[in-house]
Amino acid sequence: MIVEGLKAGYKLQTIGSSEEVGVYVDAVSGVSFTLYRNEVFGIAGESGCGKSTLIKAVYGYYEPSLVLRGGSARIYGAKGEEFDTTRMDRGLLEKRVWWKHMSYIPQSSMNVLNPTMRIRDHFAEILRIHVGMKKGEAYQEARKYLEEVGLPVDALSAFPHQLSGGMRQRVVIALAILLEPSLILADEPSSALDVINQKVALTLLREKQEALKNTLVIVSHDMGVHGVLTHRMAIMYAGKIVEIGRTADIFWKPLHPYTKALIESLPRLGDKSKRVGLSGSPPDLKKPPDGCRFHPRCPYAMLICSRAEPSLREIKEGHYTACWLYSEAVGEPR
Amino acid sequence: MSEQYMLRVVKLSRFFGYGFLGRVKFPAVDNVSFDMEYKPKIFTIAGESGCGKSTLARMILGILEPSEGAVIYKGKNIYALKSKERRWFYREVQAIFQDPYDTFNPLKKVDRYLYETARNLLDLKDAGKTQDIVDACLKRVGLSFDEIKGKYPSEFSGGQLQRISIARALIPEPKLIVADEPVSMIDASMRMNILNMFKEFKEAEEISFIYITHDLATAYYISDEIAIMYRGVIVEMGPADEVLIKCHHPYTKALIEALPEPSRRDDWLTRKVKPPGMEVKEFIMPGCKYADICPYREDICEEKKPPMFDVGNVKTACWLYK
Repeated sequence: MIVEGLKAGYKLQTIGSSEEVGVYVDAVSGVSFTLYRNEVFGIAGESGCGKSTLIKAVYGYYEPSLVLRGGSARIYGAKGEEFDTTRMDRGLLEKRVWWKHMSYIPQSSMNVLNPTMRIRDHFAEILRIHVGMKKGEAYQEARKYLEEVGLPVDALSAFPHQLSGGMRQRVVIALAILLEPSLILADEPSSALDVINQKVALTLLREKQEALKNTLVIVSHDMGVHGVLTHRMAIMYAGKIVEIGRTADIFWKPLHPYTKALIESLPRLGDKSKRVGLSGSPPDLKKPPDGCRFHPRCPYAMLICSRAEPSLREIKEGHYTACWLYSEAVGEPR
Repeated sequence: MSEQYMLRVVKLSRFFGYGFLGRVKFPAVDNVSFDMEYKPKIFTIAGESGCGKSTLARMILGILEPSEGAVIYKGKNIYALKSKERRWFYREVQAIFQDPYDTFNPLKKVDRYLYETARNLLDLKDAGKTQDIVDACLKRVGLSFDEIKGKYPSEFSGGQLQRISIARALIPEPKLIVADEPVSMIDASMRMNILNMFKEFKEAEEISFIYITHDLATAYYISDEIAIMYRGVIVEMGPADEVLIKCHHPYTKALIEALPEPSRRDDWLTRKVKPPGMEVKEFIMPGCKYADICPYREDICEEKKPPMFDVGNVKTACWLYK
């Protein structure tokens, strides 16, 4: 999958007394990255940094007020088929891409499950639409998948609300891998779950990815989740990717000052040394600051940071960052 | 006063009903006891959602009457206070909640809210003095009165608003602050600043804290003592180092192993955990409530509730340690 210069945001309409005022929230501002086959890719960042918007834009899930401003998101199927999700309308995506080539696991499982449908009928519907499978056969298939994700067979005839949150999330994971898509997008798949359920859901996702050898994208604000699960990851801040690299490099050799602050503020068991957070708060994306969007909070901010925007550059092999500290024009990092 | 403890929680239980007309009762908090000395410290109650930790916090705050047992604050049962004593209790014990946007009325300016707290709890008539106190409390959380003047809650970020709600809690000069998941909705980069503040208040101003959380990493970072709850019961309790590093109860072990810790990546990926069972069923189990999932289960676990056994400085409710 290749994403190039993706721009998306929210258009808010405020109806004033005499005129309509349009406000644009610049949530994803020119984001590019490439995903490889057989890898787990993480997207980290704090609330409001645009990570969920990015996933929705890539998936082609445009709800009212979310608009696309430019860029492309090309996905390649297992047989080399190419689809650009930014150029397809929803009907076409539903018919040809979703579930089959790309599936989406949202934070709240109830966004996917229909509360009035039994679990087995969720499986049957997907199998009927995409593979043309008959009901009886589909139920058999559903039973097989539920066993694989460690759910009791009784769950098949249950309605979604009768299952616990952890069980529902496992049903959604089973649905997402049903047609063996080449890309699975998981948006905070475990943040509504307890640690133990979280571990069950995440190890399940990881196992399935290893078996299918496809691409799994995990969006999470929890750096711990990325640390144990992903191969490569991107750090987002205020609608932009500030750093991309191998997870081990991000954790042990971070480049961008924001990434450094994030890693340093993580509390760890067995380590009581003082952790210091960042001061200030993320910018308002309705009117983002000029230059680097992190400069108002950055301890290393220089004059250029408030004037021009740094681009994402490769500093070491496979390790990219967007920061003036690493630019030759300015000199070696201090 | 000859009381040795500032706060004593004695055999506290709270039942909730479910099923038809709520006829089936289950204990959300089941026979919980612990003590806090006068010496300031941070006591953490940790557990997953539905373990009863918030119910316990509400009972300690005096806003949810227990079904059984008592909460004794400085020698007085807080559910048998006279009206004057109740005002004293509300000055001494303050609360901070999870969602700062829920704490404040969205239609009310934040400064007015702080003023009212000061006037109501401290019986202040003088406007100048009220402002001095409010300003001093805001300074203690790194804000100033000018920053919040005339603003509505929606004009602040979550982190700022949580700091304001901490300032509000400081106004009556409390001795104990009960903080229910105070940082779980705050971004990671600002979370530590708030927790560091708690540590400072404990050390410099001798305020004790009860920190309620599901996050064991932050619990380890700030707490002196910790109690782990499961399905309404304290399963393990003691100094934070010993509970979280040595882990005696099988449930504590499972929790620590499930914690995503980047430095233990390979271990984390290969080790399997068993998902928890149905909640309500476990709440009403006669023996140990963890027995269904526990890898060390014996017959006695299902039949008899384990009492608290002493293992060094730690107390744990598990038959393994009898």
